[in-house]
Amino acid sequence: MIELEYTDVAELRGPLAVVRGVAGVGWDEFAVIRLPGGGTRHGLVLEVDRDLALVQVLEGTAGLAPGRIGVTFSGAPFRVPVGPGWLGRVCDGLGDPLDGGPPVFGTATAPAGGLPLNPAWRLPPADPIITGVSVIDALTTLVRGQKIAIFAAPGLPHLDLAAQIAAQAHAAGEPFGVVFAAMGLTHADASGVRDALEARTAAGELVLLLNLAGDPVIERVLTPRIALTVAEHLAFGLGRHVLVVLADMTGYCEALREVSAARSEVPARRAYPGYLYSDLASIYERCGRVRGRPGSVTLLPVLTMPGGDITHPVPDLTGYITEGQIVLSSEISVYPPVDPLASLSRLMRGGVGAGRTRPEHADLAAQLIAALARAARARELAEFVGADALGPADRRHLDLADAFARDLVAQRRDESRSLEETFTRAWRVLSVLPRADLAMLGAAALDAHHRPAAPEPGPQEPDGIGTGHREPR
Amino acid sequence: MAAVTRVNGPLVEVDRLGGAAMYDLVRIGGLPGEIVALRGERATVQMYEYTGGLRPGLEVEATGAPLSAPLGPHLLGGVFDGLLRPLDRAPAWLDPRSRPGAGPGAWRFTPLVAAGRPVAPGTPVGSVAAAGRVPYLVLAPGGVVGDVRPEGEYPATATVATVGGTAVTMTRRWPVRRALPCRERLAEPVPLVTGQRVLDLLLPVRRGGAAAVPGGFGTGKTVLLQQIARWCDADVVVYVGCGERGNELADVLAGLAGITDPRTGGRLADRTVVVANTSNMPMMAREASVYTGMTVAEHFRDMGYDVVLIADSTSRWAEARREFAARAGEPPAEEGHPADLASAIAAFYERAGRVTTLGGRTGSVTVLGAVSPPGGDLTEPVTAHTERFVRTLWTLDRDLAYARHYPAVSVEASFSRDGGALSAWHDREGRPGWAAAGARVAALLAEAGRLAGTAELVGASALPDRERVVLLGGRLLREGLLRQSALSPADAYCSPGRTLALAGTVLAAIDDCLALAATGVPAEDIESRDFTAVLRAKETG
Ligand SMILES: Nc1ncnc2c1ncn2[C@@H]1O[C@H](COP(=O)(O)OP(=O)(O)OP(=O)(O)O)[C@@H](O)[C@H]1O
Ligand SMILES: [Mg+2]
Repeated sequence: MIELEYTDVAELRGPLAVVRGVAGVGWDEFAVIRLPGGGTRHGLVLEVDRDLALVQVLEGTAGLAPGRIGVTFSGAPFRVPVGPGWLGRVCDGLGDPLDGGPPVFGTATAPAGGLPLNPAWRLPPADPIITGVSVIDALTTLVRGQKIAIFAAPGLPHLDLAAQIAAQAHAAGEPFGVVFAAMGLTHADASGVRDALEARTAAGELVLLLNLAGDPVIERVLTPRIALTVAEHLAFGLGRHVLVVLADMTGYCEALREVSAARSEVPARRAYPGYLYSDLASIYERCGRVRGRPGSVTLLPVLTMPGGDITHPVPDLTGYITEGQIVLSSEISVYPPVDPLASLSRLMRGGVGAGRTRPEHADLAAQLIAALARAARARELAEFVGADALGPADRRHLDLADAFARDLVAQRRDESRSLEETFTRAWRVLSVLPRADLAMLGAAALDAHHRPAAPEPGPQEPDGIGTGHREPR
Repeated sequence: MAAVTRVNGPLVEVDRLGGAAMYDLVRIGGLPGEIVALRGERATVQMYEYTGGLRPGLEVEATGAPLSAPLGPHLLGGVFDGLLRPLDRAPAWLDPRSRPGAGPGAWRFTPLVAAGRPVAPGTPVGSVAAAGRVPYLVLAPGGVVGDVRPEGEYPATATVATVGGTAVTMTRRWPVRRALPCRERLAEPVPLVTGQRVLDLLLPVRRGGAAAVPGGFGTGKTVLLQQIARWCDADVVVYVGCGERGNELADVLAGLAGITDPRTGGRLADRTVVVANTSNMPMMAREASVYTGMTVAEHFRDMGYDVVLIADSTSRWAEARREFAARAGEPPAEEGHPADLASAIAAFYERAGRVTTLGGRTGSVTVLGAVSPPGGDLTEPVTAHTERFVRTLWTLDRDLAYARHYPAVSVEASFSRDGGALSAWHDREGRPGWAAAGARVAALLAEAGRLAGTAELVGASALPDRERVVLLGGRLLREGLLRQSALSPADAYCSPGRTLALAGTVLAAIDDCLALAATGVPAEDIESRDFTAVLRAKETG
């Protein structure tokens, strides 16, 4: 096929170019823009109207001059080379090498947009991914095939946590890989991420795609899609369990908003386009397990909540799509500052238990959450009536919350804990409470692991509602 | 020749399209689409597949017929996309250009009428052994039965009878945007038993009624609706996964497959039709899926069944409409939604109803719709309009969900306009005391709610003893009666009889406490009594 080059550019506006006189150009085609000096840029067709094609230019339109550029259309959507050659590479947001190596050649190519996975072929997510981060493994276990988001108010170490998970996560000996896509990261953040992931990159277990804050914004529209296309092949073609980290999705959404504004589209909340939900879903839904195929794709989008507001459209719509969230809170003074009550892994039950993690895992997590919720109520009460006025049961629960932060949550950024150690610590925390306070745990688990430090106190104090017993005066 | 002039995502504009009607199906580059606006020979088409590669100049093939759903015995136990094309026979990754249609299949037909008899429209002329225990009935138009085939196996599209000169097949088509007709709507309220105590006792829904479930993300809409899909006392359940998660559908399918229907002893999956249009599937099929699901529901209603249609989430349907309207350049009204948002929601819920069918049977379609308000804001337009058109509202509350109180139904923020009539039905139909128990529970919860407000200001210890005991009663009701975990094997479903018994147990305990308070026992002592037995009663049955 002869590629026609079109030179009649009718309009340049924001990231958009309108090419006139086209024939036979289809929607969503990939375009190459030739610059006078010999360089190239790339674009995607957003709309075709008779002989006009509206193209979003991924590298931006800065410096482009109508009449001095040529546009060719590829006749197909943007395709990504896929294959094991990606592992160990560091590339930019469009997949071009940043590590001095040769371009990544695949064993095949696949469309970056992916095809929808037939829900009838999905297997419910099962089996855990162990992150080595105690609070996550214990309370919001990542399940293979799940999508779960990390939400953070600005200024919290969400990138450190994402990088730590990417560096440490494993699937208990089964083939594993990580694809880490960074969007709009500052240089300082990106170099932190690169350092944290260096060993794993060198080991050929990780792909790093970096779009930095100074890089072209519109490029970010493709970065997560390239990451997922690579990951899907590693998973469903090559049988690996692949963890895809997308950080920071707020940066991605800003690119989308910019294109939408340039098109003068009717904005929805906070000037984000009305299709933000569908667009995010087309990314987040690309995870799962598939009948008859060994691998899995697990997705960990990371995002800042602007102004710490969880109802902001980006965290809100993300929460509507993901299967749970890990919320970082500035109220928590240890690293990682995970708020256990606001966090939830919806599919956790399918990933934990006998043969997967530990038989008592689900009950243990539920009991810890219930106890921490009780502690949170006690703390609120204490603010009203003063800590001295609290009953002994409330005080015990405050002690438990302290032990929880100190013994289970607090962890070094380069510390990977085995599941064994996480459970030892979790039981140490629960042992702050007497057995009577641990009604959600079975007798066998309690017999095996509950080790109260002090002898059980004498007659139990009232528990508000529940099991406390005292004779009426 | 009709040709494409413009492509903007799922929106395609077409010129020189003569003789086409609104909502007619067209094919462009082999892909299906529906005409949603006509100006002379120019049409706007909403496409049901990914439109990558579609370009101006492509030929448009008009089918001359509206989008319609193939209705047949293959539906029960199956999984379909928004256009009712089978997913269980499609490949793992859905390529828009290779989608198999509903294969006809062959089914065992048993005649129910004899030739020569006149029958009313909607009369079953035969029954078909479909997947489950629910017999599938082949309904006829009115007229004299000319010919009916003997018992045997026939292709789904073969003529099994002629009635009034019309050929009758086991499968028929119906345009999805038009309600299937019925003889009359019935007003008499009969409850749909959901198996969820807080709903059945305090916020019941009637058969043929409509209920909406608004709630922010993670508040439990999907789990609640899935529980109802499993346990409610309907004959057929149509579950429309509209723009939501693929993993949830996998869970629904895996869950239903393993469960036995407590009423028929068959597999629950076989009384269920799943319409799955997950959020990564083409957006406009999401818009169509609620109508195809509704049409399937009405089809089984016409056989005389009680059908429940679940749509999770109606917000995704509304958003698909908004997205398309924006691309078509329609002037936006509230928050970018097109101006007909309210009437579209009203028309959808209007298709709910308990009716006498054309054939004289009684059947119903109860509609349960999830609503996903952006930012959890219940004043946004989809939630606000939905509240106007449903008779039952189950509002889920984020604080309750954070506290892991499930189902996180906020009784104060919810309503059932049929509460009184449906309670009276229980009283009449062998569960005397139901209405009184429900009223008592509601009153205690309301009083406890008011007192909790005061207690937050002055501290609970400043309240008089009786009021402290009412607060305690509120907690006992919430923990011991209203809380019901979907994960508890013993408690995921609760029969009306057990609901009434449990309400009695908890109310009796509260009465004891109130009586003690009345005799001067300090509230503190009452609060520290052992309530374990009351709180665990729901787990022990
Ligand atoms: N009735 C219940 N019993 C036990 N757990 C529940 C119940 N309802 C909700 N949950 C818990 O809450 C989680 C979220 O519930 P669900 O998926 O139904 O939320 P949702 O309102 O549908 O959210 P979204 O709008 O994001 O789809 C579940 O995964 C489960 O852990
Ligand atoms: Mg849901």
